[in-house]
Amino acid sequence: MLLPKARGELSEALFDALRSDTGEVGSLHPEPTDDDDAQIALWTMYELHYAGFEDVDDEMEWNPEVLRLRRSLERDFEAGLRARHPQTTLDEPFAEGLFGYIADHDGPSLAAFVQRKADREQVLELLRHRSIYHLKESDPVAWSVPRLPTAPKAALMELQYDEFGGGDPNRLHAHLFALGLEASGLRADPYAYIDDVPVEILELNNAMSLFGLHRRLRAASLGHLAAFEATSSLPSRRMAQGLARLELPQEMIAYYEEHVEADAVHEQLAVRTICGALVAEEPQLVDDVVFGAFTCLDLEDRYAARMLDEWDAA
Amino acid sequence: MTHEHGFDHPDVIICPGGPLLLRGDHVVEDADGVAHATKRPVSAVCRCGKSADQPWCDGTHKVLAARDRP
Repeated sequence: MLLPKARGELSEALFDALRSDTGEVGSLHPEPTDDDDAQIALWTMYELHYAGFEDVDDEMEWNPEVLRLRRSLERDFEAGLRARHPQTTLDEPFAEGLFGYIADHDGPSLAAFVQRKADREQVLELLRHRSIYHLKESDPVAWSVPRLPTAPKAALMELQYDEFGGGDPNRLHAHLFALGLEASGLRADPYAYIDDVPVEILELNNAMSLFGLHRRLRAASLGHLAAFEATSSLPSRRMAQGLARLELPQEMIAYYEEHVEADAVHEQLAVRTICGALVAEEPQLVDDVVFGAFTCLDLEDRYAARMLDEWDAA
Repeated sequence: MTHEHGFDHPDVIICPGGPLLLRGDHVVEDADGVAHATKRPVSAVCRCGKSADQPWCDGTHKVLAARDRP
């Protein structure tokens, strides 16, 4: 995979520096042109910690200048996410409180649109956008594992083991999505469609990397996981029905059907045995769990609103 | 929480208003007498009776009125 296309002055300067073999990013970073520019720069710097790029030296992952720029963009990004998050107190007990908080959040549903109305081109566009995350499904929260105490660590691994196929690469969720993409006539190499995705998709992905890569934000990482899993089973059923209606390949339908059943388990684990165990041990982290959950729901809303607006279906 | 004899780690967890979680490998017979083997580290067995994916939970309990949840 090569670096994505720049989306403004900052990403252009950053990508030029990443391609150079001197390792000197220098202190020339201009202000980001806009959110698109900042988010593609941040996404690219995070990606150095995952699969990297063929046209970037692996040493750049820990280049201090790159890290300094990443930190600066992360501060602005996190401040923006926190500013959108209304402080709230969960009902007791914790698990029912968190499930209730997630259930009470109301937002536009892409899955309902896909189930009943979307045409084939719209669904293929959605799959291209979703590929940025689904091809590394569950990787960002894996960063959180070594940052957790014993009980939530074991619980998170119990869930992750299923995400990663229970030891069988044929059942790894990211691989199931890759099979679905290929069967649908789409590219399954990672980030093939990065230049096509809107800023909302970059934000969705960057939030997960931000939460995963900072020990300070471990509770937000797990709260995000809980909200993601708890809003997956029923929408995955709708996605599967919509894909079947449009006669998309069985491999892609199977990916969503797998998530109906898997995420009915995972939501219970994420809320009860993972987040529940964390806050039982560190009660001061409840607010960050909720912040992570809100961010997941909020960023999904913003993506859904944009796409429904573009498709004129709102 | 740390306990004198280690951590709680039950084989079966009943989720209030939701499914029954089952750890490990088991065979579950559904209401029609058909046997289903578990295939994940933890499985969720439907308790509300409304799942379209019997005997497994598919999250349908969440759209039921509170009085209809298990």
